[in-house]
Amino acid sequence: MFCNAEHSFKWKYALLGLLAGMFVFALPPTAKAEYADVIINNYADAAGMRPVVFPHWFHRVRFRCKVCHADLGFQFKAGGNKITMAKIIDGKFCGACHNGEIAWSVENCNMCHSGIPGTPTHIHGSTVQRLVAPPYKALNSK
Amino acid sequence: MSQYMKSFVGAVALTMVASTSAVAGSGVSGAGAVSAAQLLWMSADVSSANIFNRNLKKEKDPNAPPPESGYHDPENDGTHILQPPKEAYVGLPTTEFGNHVDWVKAIDQDKLSPRWDRFDSSEEPFVMDLDIVREVKASVPDVVFPHRQHTEWLACANCHPAIFVPQKGANQINMSAILLGQKCGVCHGKVSFPITTKTCTKCHSKPKPEDWSPPLSDATLKNPWR
Repeated sequence: MFCNAEHSFKWKYALLGLLAGMFVFALPPTAKAEYADVIINNYADAAGMRPVVFPHWFHRVRFRCKVCHADLGFQFKAGGNKITMAKIIDGKFCGACHNGEIAWSVENCNMCHSGIPGTPTHIHGSTVQRLVAPPYKALNSK
Repeated sequence: MSQYMKSFVGAVALTMVASTSAVAGSGVSGAGAVSAAQLLWMSADVSSANIFNRNLKKEKDPNAPPPESGYHDPENDGTHILQPPKEAYVGLPTTEFGNHVDWVKAIDQDKLSPRWDRFDSSEEPFVMDLDIVREVKASVPDVVFPHRQHTEWLACANCHPAIFVPQKGANQINMSAILLGQKCGVCHGKVSFPITTKTCTKCHSKPKPEDWSPPLSDATLKNPWR
């Protein structure tokens, strides 16, 4: 069944495949940061800025959900608030606190605009992202 | 680096085991016996999907600092000024999922007191302690929804009436909708605790009555071969 010439030929491939496979599985996973971090890139890329990374954990330590999601009118939807710098300097959204009174002011551009360019708007580590099969677009987009 | 070394050694060991038993296996293959090693040997011809049965990778550093997050740009100066989450999480109660912090417990144990009003740190939330029990058709435990933990963080208007109609029996909820980000899934699975096998019992917490047995499906009741 296993003649010698065929034997060594097959083995080369099996060994190569096995090693290649092992190396692929040993690679570190790409994104491993905080659950619930939001990447907002509605307009940033197009304006030549890095996308914004919003850390939920950092803000949750200091404020209850209600402060932003009820008082300030943030929708429960990544990218759903259509935030612009014009609105922020008007005191809306982030600008309600990031005005130099409650938190540092808007001149610290790259504290928020710190994402890797080209990263699409999403919420990191969400269940929808972890589904093996992507959900229907119609249900996911609104 | 050590991870690479380990997998390399593992691969060599595996192939050695495979080669010795493949020779032995070829002797008995006429008798119809197919050993695991032989399956591996045949893998060059057979789909590679059948070779491994490996465990999924564990997240190595779940609370990585921003420059290592994978989506913060390390070339951006601001990225290196941002606080690493682990620095903030010292002393907080832990979980096995999400941020690996039990945020509700942190408030209950007075380890954290996030502001309820953005200007006035003395304002307290209006906490409503009311549990809603929702019977579940499937055999998993029934759901107990606690208003207390939710009203400590949220205002009533965050959920009512847009996401949940404040009326008994008016809300159809199922896990598919939640997984796709509706109903409880507007927050859970995104910012509040995630939906994994480790968190099922956080909601499905009320065991079924002793005499409960799963209802038989129509297909079973009408099964002519039953």
